[in-house]
Amino acid sequence: MIAYLAKRLSIGLLTLLLASVVVFLALEVLPGDPARIMLGMNASPEALEALRTQMGLDHPPLLRYLAWLTGMLSGDFGNSYTYSLPVIELVLERMAVSLPLAFIALSLSTLIAVPVGIFAAARHGRAADTLAMGAAQLGVAVPNFWFALLLVYVFAVGLQIVPAGGFPGWGDGWGEHWQALRALILPAIALALPQAAILARITRSAMVEVLGEDYIRTARAKGLPWRIVLWRHALRNALIPVLTILGLQFAFLLAGTIIIENVFYLPGLGRLIFQAIGQRDLIVVESVVMLLVATIILINLLVDICYAIADPRLRGAR
Amino acid sequence: MSLLEIENLSLSIHDKTILKDIDLSVASGEVMALVGESGSGKSMTALTVMQLLPHGARAEAGRVAFDGIELLGAPEAAMCRLRGKDIGMVFQEPMTALNPVKTIGEQVAEGIRWHTGASRFDAETRARTMLERVGLPEKHFPLTRYPHELSGGQRQRVVIAIACALQPKLLIADEPTTALDVVLQTQILDLLRDLVDENRMSLLLISHDLAIVAEMADRITILRDGTVMETGEATDTLVKQRHPYTRQLAQASTHVPARARSGGYRSEQKPLLEAEGLTRDYPIRRTSLFSRAKFLRAVDDVSFSLCAGQSTALVGRSGCGKSTLARMVLALDRPTAGAVRFMGEEISTRSHEALRAARRNMQVVFQDPFGSFNPRHRVERLISEPLHLLDERPDRTRRRDLVAEALAQVELSPADMNKYPHEMSGGQRQRLSIARAVITRPKLIVADEPVSALDVSIRAQILDLFADLNERLGMACLFITHDLTVARAITDTVMVMHEGKIVEKGPTNAVLTQPRTEAAKALVAAAPDLERALEARLAGKTRESC
Repeated sequence: MIAYLAKRLSIGLLTLLLASVVVFLALEVLPGDPARIMLGMNASPEALEALRTQMGLDHPPLLRYLAWLTGMLSGDFGNSYTYSLPVIELVLERMAVSLPLAFIALSLSTLIAVPVGIFAAARHGRAADTLAMGAAQLGVAVPNFWFALLLVYVFAVGLQIVPAGGFPGWGDGWGEHWQALRALILPAIALALPQAAILARITRSAMVEVLGEDYIRTARAKGLPWRIVLWRHALRNALIPVLTILGLQFAFLLAGTIIIENVFYLPGLGRLIFQAIGQRDLIVVESVVMLLVATIILINLLVDICYAIADPRLRGAR
Repeated sequence: MSLLEIENLSLSIHDKTILKDIDLSVASGEVMALVGESGSGKSMTALTVMQLLPHGARAEAGRVAFDGIELLGAPEAAMCRLRGKDIGMVFQEPMTALNPVKTIGEQVAEGIRWHTGASRFDAETRARTMLERVGLPEKHFPLTRYPHELSGGQRQRVVIAIACALQPKLLIADEPTTALDVVLQTQILDLLRDLVDENRMSLLLISHDLAIVAEMADRITILRDGTVMETGEATDTLVKQRHPYTRQLAQASTHVPARARSGGYRSEQKPLLEAEGLTRDYPIRRTSLFSRAKFLRAVDDVSFSLCAGQSTALVGRSGCGKSTLARMVLALDRPTAGAVRFMGEEISTRSHEALRAARRNMQVVFQDPFGSFNPRHRVERLISEPLHLLDERPDRTRRRDLVAEALAQVELSPADMNKYPHEMSGGQRQRLSIARAVITRPKLIVADEPVSALDVSIRAQILDLFADLNERLGMACLFITHDLTVARAITDTVMVMHEGKIVEKGPTNAVLTQPRTEAAKALVAAAPDLERALEARLAGKTRESC
């Protein structure tokens, strides 16, 4: 188990290092002058020169790369050109929205999808299965911004139980925490539903496959009732594909939520990176991409650990 | 009254009749054998008793009573109380019968806890005792072992422990040893017999192997196509063979193909295949990052030679290195040391491309006729696959001619070339794999357990086919098998492999009648033999009656 983890961890770190090289090369070394890209075509030569010096572009690439890398390792991600703020502050502020949002959405989607998937698999080929999978098909097909608008129309405009958009910040007291949470409910639902639809389908097909296995028959021959066989024997064996999808979905929910963030006017990571690209704020783009890569690698590591917990055969794997 | 009574049972799956008017009874403490070929409805009969039938199966008529309880239409809750407590079941495939993510302790204790409400500790103590009983002592097999850490025979012991943990009144064993080698088979059958004797348990033993049945059963029921052909006292039924189908089965299971003493091979010839000092090591997982890499020696310094037209068996228990050796002979795996010469040329170190000429002359037939064909291709394409090894690619008409010819060689119709594999039966599919192997007219065929997945009657036909091809086309055959009856039937010489080494070789008859090494003796003693089993049973009976 220790060897397995050490191996996963070292692969993760290596990937991170590789990613930093790719990001650095893509944005700084490739043709095109970063300073010119940031300032636009009409910038004066003096301004360009000043920015170049400020960004350290007059140094050789290798030196710049090492400076960037050591800076990141010590928590210094540089300053945003447009916001004139340390990038880390910007990111932390946005993370305070994106991370809870992703977490709530993922929990919601798991809570909906896994039981639905198990339910459908247990009634494989019958009406309930067809109905559940039909609903899942619909969940995948409906665009989430449209669904988000529908939610706003019903729950914010009509019933007025949650705000239609914006984010008040987490604040200090419980009251303010609750207000912040309320602002995240609708976006979380809008994000969760399509994810739940995908996850339910994956859970179902994994369960259907497992339920055909010989050991399920062995478990039933022991006299265990069907529901216990489902939860104790089948589910854990079906978890590997489910965990894989969960890992991918979390990564997506963290940064791929730009549309939903716009619908609800939430200051999330997606918007930050979108705006940074629009304003050619390369330093922010670089840093946010690196942070996302790091987060995704971390999530993958967690998924790998979950694999090993779920399936003992993987613990000895190399 | 019998413990289990099945009367006029008819069963259908999606309106297809599977069982028709089955009558079967098992008395307390009795061993009843249910014999038949695949598809005869043996397993479905067992699953009806367990009420674990597949979706869509429906008992049309009849009654099934266990210990006075009607099972057909019994509520699921009542069945749950019976399953695992009063009726235990052991399945054919031990490799997949255990849940891979649960420890063996959990899996044995689970049923005990469920039925008796025992505490975790008590249940685990009982599980421990049961595992000891089936031959898995605490010292080597703690409860925390996972199934993947055990071999096939050990896993089957765990399955038996699960089934017998609560001393059921009836144990149903569905082909419990078919997936195991002969030595393990004897051990598992001995264990089952002891458990029957100890607990006065009834055993419904499902098998296709008459020799096993002759050794184990008190009574026998013979099924064919879902109907009972004959039922009666086991030894009597098998000795007298009153029913024609019983006779047919018995003959098929002791079948020896009529072949001229050898496929025209003379031992003074220059050898076709020579293996010299073949060794293959596999790396074992290191326990820590810093320990030295360790190796498992799967094949250890093996040398032998094979002449053109010679038919040789490579026998040994599972895991002895037979298949690894075969892979090296076929140049599918590179030896760690040693060399393979085929038709005078060294092949073990050649590149893939340089092997083409050799590949044309050596072909392989695998065990599983179901898994070795791509289900999406037609027979014509499947059979003609090896033709790309020829220097001159045949055109379409020529290819069809060659395929038709190969199909004729294995006694299939040329019209079959437009079929898909799923349209053919198991025996026909094994013929297809042989047709695929002979289409390039190879000098050597390596057959890895070619008949062990087949029913006795089909098995007899395939053995005939091999003997015939060996004789007619003069192909040398290397049969890899754990089944000595196969070796006895169609080979001139035999090599016995044990723990990576060839420990004994010689003419088949000599080795099988007078084995010299322990490994060979164990294999010979364990090989089920219908005539010998019947003689032993009859001798036992006359002693009793004296």
